[in-house]
Amino acid sequence: MQNIMTDVEDGTHEVVSFKLGDQDFCIEIGLVREIRGWTPTTVIPHSQDYIKGIINLRGSVVAVVDLAARLGLGVTVPSPRHVIIIVSLGKQTVGLLAEVVSDILTVTPDMVKSVPDQIADQARDFITCILTFPNGLILRGLDLSHVLPDIEVSPA
Amino acid sequence: MAGLDELRLTFFQECEDLLDRLGDGLRELSAPDSTHEIETVHAVFRAVHSIKGGAAAFGLDALVEFAHRFETVLDGMRSERLAISDALLGVLLRAGDVLADLVAAAREGDEPPIERSSRLAAELDSLVDQSGGDTSSEEITFEPLTISFEPLADLTFDQPVGESPDDDRCRIELSLKGDFYELGHEPAGLIRALQKICHTEVQADLTQIVPLASFDPHNPMLRWTLLLAAEPDPDTLSAVFEFVEDCAEIRVMTPIQVPDGSKSATDELRLSSPSEQLPILQTFQPETAQNLGLKASPGLSVPKPSAAENVHSLPTPATIRVNLDRVDRLINLIGELVIMEAMLSQVIASAGLQSNTEVASGLDRIRQLAGEIQESVMAIRAQPLRPVFQRMERIMRDVTEATGKNARLVTVGESTEVDKTVIERLVDPLTHMIRNSVDHGLEDADTRKAVGKPALGTITLSAAHRSGRVIIEVSDDGGGINRSKVRDIAESKGLIPAGTSLSPQEIDNLLFLPGFSSKTEVSSISGRGVGLDVVRREIQTLGGRVSIASVEGAGTTFTIALPLTLAVLEGMILEFGGETMVLPLSSIVETLSPASANIHTLGRSGRVMSNRGELIPIIDLTEVFNLPRQLADDQCGVLIVVEAETGSRAALAVDLIRDQRQVVIKSIEDNYGAVPGISAATILGDGRVALILDPEEVVNFSRTDQQQVSLQRKG
Repeated sequence: MQNIMTDVEDGTHEVVSFKLGDQDFCIEIGLVREIRGWTPTTVIPHSQDYIKGIINLRGSVVAVVDLAARLGLGVTVPSPRHVIIIVSLGKQTVGLLAEVVSDILTVTPDMVKSVPDQIADQARDFITCILTFPNGLILRGLDLSHVLPDIEVSPA
Repeated sequence: MAGLDELRLTFFQECEDLLDRLGDGLRELSAPDSTHEIETVHAVFRAVHSIKGGAAAFGLDALVEFAHRFETVLDGMRSERLAISDALLGVLLRAGDVLADLVAAAREGDEPPIERSSRLAAELDSLVDQSGGDTSSEEITFEPLTISFEPLADLTFDQPVGESPDDDRCRIELSLKGDFYELGHEPAGLIRALQKICHTEVQADLTQIVPLASFDPHNPMLRWTLLLAAEPDPDTLSAVFEFVEDCAEIRVMTPIQVPDGSKSATDELRLSSPSEQLPILQTFQPETAQNLGLKASPGLSVPKPSAAENVHSLPTPATIRVNLDRVDRLINLIGELVIMEAMLSQVIASAGLQSNTEVASGLDRIRQLAGEIQESVMAIRAQPLRPVFQRMERIMRDVTEATGKNARLVTVGESTEVDKTVIERLVDPLTHMIRNSVDHGLEDADTRKAVGKPALGTITLSAAHRSGRVIIEVSDDGGGINRSKVRDIAESKGLIPAGTSLSPQEIDNLLFLPGFSSKTEVSSISGRGVGLDVVRREIQTLGGRVSIASVEGAGTTFTIALPLTLAVLEGMILEFGGETMVLPLSSIVETLSPASANIHTLGRSGRVMSNRGELIPIIDLTEVFNLPRQLADDQCGVLIVVEAETGSRAALAVDLIRDQRQVVIKSIEDNYGAVPGISAATILGDGRVALILDPEEVVNFSRTDQQQVSLQRKG
């Protein structure tokens, strides 16, 4: 929630939008550390299916989350076209596997709409709001804290 | 506010050092072959005194109060009014513990442990009473300076204030400088502080006082001459004047005999500013009596009186305090360097350069340098185990007090150096083990007597470096493990199925099972449900192993084997199931090619290997980690025999061994979480991440799998 609603003074903020399948998603730009091309990951045994593995990010080990799988949109078969969006939330740094990053967009408060309650879906848990743009584009705002692998409840 | 907080922090940091020094001194004194060096007593006294001084500045009354009593006893020892005895030292050691508690409570802002401190304070007081004579703590007896107090009868002092010429009292002239009042100082406070030290006669010099109307607070005119009944200890004096050194002129004159003995002179002692760090006594200047009235001239320096040297503790090597983060950053960077070096050499190797080219030899040199830098940085982090061992002595006193058992702790190899992070995390497990050894390991006095052991039990805590690891042993001379009892308990608690056949070693290892507590009645020391399993887990997270050895009737030894550092590891790089992983070299016993091994199939999928008459279960790592099989079913590339801490062995089947090298350990728990069977990750020469196997866990969970299977079959 706070990811999207952290407003700057005039109420506008910027988001990074990207595609998963045929849907557009976005996250708060302040959380994004960098965007890098797909690199093969090292598989973690016994991990959840949405954990693609771990990569070396300049010396630190970072887990890569297959966002599409996490949102229940099917497991991604990565190709060189895919990107890894490195985000950090609190102390945790994680890579998000996504299809092409489309754009960086400025959002004004009036574009932010709440998610209709009627939708019951796995993805519903991760989407905090919907951003509508005058050109008809709809962005789903992701709640990162739900998307990231939970360190506390790690498989022991 | 921030400034004060910082000062407070510095004070507590200093307290730590001082408490260390205090502990060192007391231990030196209580060592069996101690000669009870008076210098050590001085060192201890100074430590307590400095804590008291600092505490007073921060208004930590409970601490000041206790330190003061402590100091009084030490003072008695200094002046040899109190004889040093074991009983006395025992009280002092416990007083040291309480002092440490009080400091800790003050630091955390907790309630000070009043009950305990007042009990010990009473003990301390009674010690002073026993010494007889004047018990007044106000009276300080002084450093045994080799000074004879000779009446200064034939000297005429050129002094403004009347004073009997044969006075052998110490004179302090105090005049204030411009910003004295501005800085919030109060002369009366100083004088009162002096009066607390000993009887002080105060004479104010009013000659320069101006009418109130023209009084300029920036130009204080008052001067005092203070006559102290006895010669004060320089440390005590400097503590009094510590905060006004810069804004007041203080001259201390003590009667002293000059070396040639023909003529008396008065020594002038200028309080050095704290930044100079120079011992005050080193600034002794010879002044003839005629010069005394004059402003002190930066006189010649004379050889220090020999006693002055005694006053200061032995020189310690110069050190700096560095934030651990900075060292960690350096270590990370060096890790990067090592990785880069590996990457470079791989690139060069794949470019097909000859090994005798300059590039290759340059690279070799870089590798060497990187290795040396790594070692040096590790050395920065490496710290002797002494502080941990000292804490254990304290734990020991607490436990023996609580259990009523008579036992002593012998420490060996406390200068063994280990990585700082390892040290910090050793405290809890060791504490628990010491408690366990006293509480469960040692028999009570009657039993000991019955089997002809000395009533005083001995716990030995030893540390040593052994083949790249640190071995820490906690052993007791108690009754050893009662294996049949252990077995009964494990069975009654349902930890093992009844009637399981177990080797003595396996029975000993039952102690490490969660939920095992062999004491039938729960004691306050150990046996609160948290048992040795916690110890084992903590040691394991440090990359170490705990093992246990026990001889019935002769005692039990726990051995902890720890890596020297948590940052790098010597590992074997393996491939299986299309993945590359690293196996810590320390766990590997041997590697075998399956052709030379005798493999037998047991049941549907179990396989064992017989090797020199020993049957070793084979664990297929590809299967354990659920990876796609690269080799044909019954085929396996290499077998690596590993030994678990329990002494049981297993052969890990992998596809091939690629290399053996040092790898930099990278945590995966920060960004991901714990992975079963995996202890950490590393980055290989090609920049890819490889997981580091935890052989212990791999063996364990493949065993539990089997046990579950067998139990299911039974059920």
